[in-house]
Amino acid sequence: MVRALILYAPGINCDLETKTAFQTCGASVDEIPVKKLEEQTSKLLLYDILILPGGFSYGDSISSGKILSVYMREFLKETVLEFLKRDTLVLGICNGFQVLVKSGLLGHDITLAENANGRFEDRWVRLRVRNSRCIFTKGLDIIELPVAHRGGRVVIKDGVVNATLAYIDEQDKPTMEYPYNPNGSEDAIAGICDDSGRIFGLMPHPERFYLPIQYPGTWKDKIPHGMKIIKNAVDWVEAHTSLSGVHRIIDD
Amino acid sequence: MRRIEIKRKNDIRGERIKRDIEDLGLSSGKMEMLDVYLLYGDVTDEEFLRIAEIVSDPISEEWGVFQFPEDAKVIEVVLNPGVMDPVAVDTLDVIRKIGMKLDGVKTLKKYVFYHTDDETINLAKKRILLNPLIQHVVRDRETLKILESLEKKTPTVPRIYMSSLTEKELLNLSKSMGLFLNKEEMKRISRYFSKEGREPTAAELETFGILWSEHCSHKTMRGDIKIKNQKSKIKNLLKSTIMRVTRELKKPWVLSAFKDNAGIIEFDEKYAVCFKVETHNHPSALEPFGGAATGIGGVVRDILGCGLGAKPIANIDVFCVGYPDTPYSSLPEGVLHPRRILRGIVSGVGDYGNKLGIPTVNGSVTYHGGYTANPLVYCGCVGIMPKTSCEKKVNPNDLVILVGGRTGRDGIHGATFSSGIMDETTQEEFSSAVQIGDPLREKNLLDALLCARDRRLYNSVTDCGAGGICTAVSELAEGIGAEVELENVPLKYEGLSPTEIWISESQERMVLAAPEENLSELKKIFDEYESELTVIGRFVTSDRVVISYGDLRICDIDLEFLLHGMPKTAKTAVIPMGVESGGEAPENLDIESVFESLLSHPDIASKEWLVRQYDHEVQGGTIIKPLLADAAVIKPLPVKGDRGMVIGHGLAPFYKDVYKNASSSLDEAVRNMCAVGADPSRIALLDNFSWGSPEDPVNMGKLVRACEALYDLASAYGMPFISGKDSLYNEFESNKEKQSVPPTILVSGIGVIDDVNKTVTQTIKVPGNPIYIIGCTYPELGGSLLFRILEISGGGEPSVHPGDSIELYKKLHRAIQGGIVLSCHDCSEGGIGVAVSEMCFGSGLGLKINLDGVPVSDVKNPASILFSESNSRFIVEVDGERKDKFEEIMSGSTFGEIGEVVPSGNLVIENLFSLSIARLETAWRSRRL
Repeated sequence: MVRALILYAPGINCDLETKTAFQTCGASVDEIPVKKLEEQTSKLLLYDILILPGGFSYGDSISSGKILSVYMREFLKETVLEFLKRDTLVLGICNGFQVLVKSGLLGHDITLAENANGRFEDRWVRLRVRNSRCIFTKGLDIIELPVAHRGGRVVIKDGVVNATLAYIDEQDKPTMEYPYNPNGSEDAIAGICDDSGRIFGLMPHPERFYLPIQYPGTWKDKIPHGMKIIKNAVDWVEAHTSLSGVHRIIDD
Repeated sequence: MRRIEIKRKNDIRGERIKRDIEDLGLSSGKMEMLDVYLLYGDVTDEEFLRIAEIVSDPISEEWGVFQFPEDAKVIEVVLNPGVMDPVAVDTLDVIRKIGMKLDGVKTLKKYVFYHTDDETINLAKKRILLNPLIQHVVRDRETLKILESLEKKTPTVPRIYMSSLTEKELLNLSKSMGLFLNKEEMKRISRYFSKEGREPTAAELETFGILWSEHCSHKTMRGDIKIKNQKSKIKNLLKSTIMRVTRELKKPWVLSAFKDNAGIIEFDEKYAVCFKVETHNHPSALEPFGGAATGIGGVVRDILGCGLGAKPIANIDVFCVGYPDTPYSSLPEGVLHPRRILRGIVSGVGDYGNKLGIPTVNGSVTYHGGYTANPLVYCGCVGIMPKTSCEKKVNPNDLVILVGGRTGRDGIHGATFSSGIMDETTQEEFSSAVQIGDPLREKNLLDALLCARDRRLYNSVTDCGAGGICTAVSELAEGIGAEVELENVPLKYEGLSPTEIWISESQERMVLAAPEENLSELKKIFDEYESELTVIGRFVTSDRVVISYGDLRICDIDLEFLLHGMPKTAKTAVIPMGVESGGEAPENLDIESVFESLLSHPDIASKEWLVRQYDHEVQGGTIIKPLLADAAVIKPLPVKGDRGMVIGHGLAPFYKDVYKNASSSLDEAVRNMCAVGADPSRIALLDNFSWGSPEDPVNMGKLVRACEALYDLASAYGMPFISGKDSLYNEFESNKEKQSVPPTILVSGIGVIDDVNKTVTQTIKVPGNPIYIIGCTYPELGGSLLFRILEISGGGEPSVHPGDSIELYKKLHRAIQGGIVLSCHDCSEGGIGVAVSEMCFGSGLGLKINLDGVPVSDVKNPASILFSESNSRFIVEVDGERKDKFEEIMSGSTFGEIGEVVPSGNLVIENLFSLSIARLETAWRSRRL
């Protein structure tokens, strides 16, 4: 069974629905407080997927996700690099995306700053997948998910960043126009993936759309888009661990 | 001390302040806002660079100590000593945790004005940038100390010599100590201590002041009332009206009503849900952000302290404020502008609720001149818990355990501490009346507590609300007794007196009763969730509450007397008389233009700007979200299957006839819920009164009538009340003139439904479908939005016809269950006109309506039909192919077919007007704060 670890930190608040969504997609999920994991970092190596869920880690004091990103860098970086040597995945949702970005796990070319309107914003957005390498968004093109954040504006240092997810308007074009682009993200970026396709961070919440009834309106498609993203991750790990013939001996 | 200043490259905050200044009608040049961190202690250059990297962002910000041009004006704002600064606390934590030594951190906000005159800057300071209760501008050469600590004094136990005082002197003592106890109560206390053979300590008198306060004991609602103009008497108003409904209805699914911190009803075989609504009016008037945030914090702790603790799953917020266009010149001294109040409370509630991870699913804003000086902030919270966690019971020998935040001077009113009596001088610089919330501390407490609950590690729990540890311990100790050592209480800073520790209302704290053998496991859990836990005493079988500070005995009172020895109060009431009738719209009204002013009126206009600032989808269970319908539908996550609940509310403060005001509030709450598909036989209600002083017999008479109305209607509807709260002194005095709030009754409702899929939103869906109205329209436009816009006073106000209404609600429920109804919206403010418009918005469709189909009772002109606010009415879109079935279900009740959904984007009211939806929507969206 695919094993996922949700990293709990003080102020995290989307952990339960993230857990339920991954369980619905067939993974077994544990949640460990960051304080406990710091004491025994090797625990991370027992898992296939590391999830940094949404919320306000450490109250978002200083800036969104900043304090947890400092702890990631100081106490967990080496273990995460070790973890990535296997066929594993890392997913950061909303605050988790902010943590991934600020800890440098998604490169050093972008940051996330406060929304252009200076406010927290909860709304459903339309998105387009622009990166074929990303394991999480495989087979997806145009999707809908809710965002809910105050600090989701992507700022690019310089050059071009390979966006995986872009906010789009009614003509399906990446846009800077509010409310389609809810936070003023440069290049309409809603989420990015590393070059390997295995580390993915996004502002929208896939775990808030793993059931059809979570959609505002009538949902006619078969599988909710959030569930597709999560299922992609679980299926990929499942296929890889059996393909490579490596079965983990470690279990509790 | 070293300083790091941080500039944002895209200074959104600075631009917003510039806009706010321009909103005041002033002109401002460029404006910048910076964050400043002050670091105290020895830091090497290398460490300094590391810290700068932590507190700034390398891409979106730059740091340094900046020079500004000479003509720029710079002000720095710092929190007053004693006001919590969570960012500073968290920053210090992270720096220490990664191995650096630092004595302290302080944060400032720095504002830089370019080409702006002093007068503008002064007004901006006053109206936008700072609130003197919590902040001040850093003065030239002001030394900013790291942590405020009061001068440490040897703790003493001041005694109050009351045994020899006359009645008048007792009353003066009560006043000078700010106890708000009356003559009878003071006499009773004096007699008690004479019997004990000693004089009381100041802490003991404070304890009585708190536990016998209106806030804690609801003595008006539970006391006797003499009705002057009817020569009759009411014994315990609450018991004889609101609680009586619950008693008489005997619903088996009501698990606890008016007992615990919240009312509890059954959800399914395994789970129960609880609901509580609180007011936080006065603190929000003084400091809107902090007041509203701590309002949410408080009601959430009520839910955490209900039974053995419930998981909060939804918040509701209802605000009543003055008109947004109130001129500054008309504001009484000391009153903040309604726009600033609303902005502050919205962001306070958003910040706190969002950070706790509780979706804000339902709410409203009501504007009225009577709320300008007395804004009302209602915060509600719904929780879910296993049925096995509904009961709690302290066992003798359990430990008294304080969990969560630390104790400071927050919420202790300076007035209470006049030095003459207490022999302790309250340092003037300490601003203690205002509380600033720290949502992270509460979230940690929440997570740790629920984890401990699931392992059944404690026997009872309650929150520290009004009166702090004093109230929490005294209430938990009821029937047993407790001994508490105050020296063990962890403090935010040194220098608090024992009495202050005992009665401090610092936020984010709760008290547990747990057996000693569970202590180590409890400690482990709270440590993992980074929440503090301290043993402060023990429950004992002494029937007394005994409080010490080291060798000093602070308080030693008989619990039975403390909790139940209060003399009954007797208030006088004059029941209001006289009923107005006849309320039709004037003839020859320019309906088209009136219609647009209705839609752009602040009460009706879209609240999207506000609603989107709340996370309404966290926890993943919000099925019908705000903006889509009259009430919210949620499906709590731990529960399998399709069962869920409907949450709604109503208030009708514009109706001067208080009986109609109360019954319309209740009806609005119920019809909002029924509009989405609630089952009227499974609805439980909550009442929240905000009133003027009950010392005024007229106010008291209105209170009696309102309670009677709630009893009458809730009984007829078969809906029990499960919880309530009253806030009875909402008055503001300016130039000797008293201004009190209009009688405001918030009725909130919660209803369990079997299947969340069988619910509907208000947006129209399919062209060609017929539109019906359910319920009868009467000529009763008194107090309506139309009359208010036209400045017509008087006129008959809407009644409720309980028998007809409950029949309608049951039938509507059947129709929604059967899938025959595709959309439904109730008619409230602005009547049919506003309801049909709102159903069009966002649908891309239009409506064709003919008012001839509206069943009326003696209404003469079309404007009256269109804008009457008669209760218990709905507009519904019915599946065109199942019209017959719908009519069959509704037969015997008042209903009529009034039109159909059309593909074009127009709202057509036949024979009156045809307006484009886009135009109406523009009017509706025209307001923004």
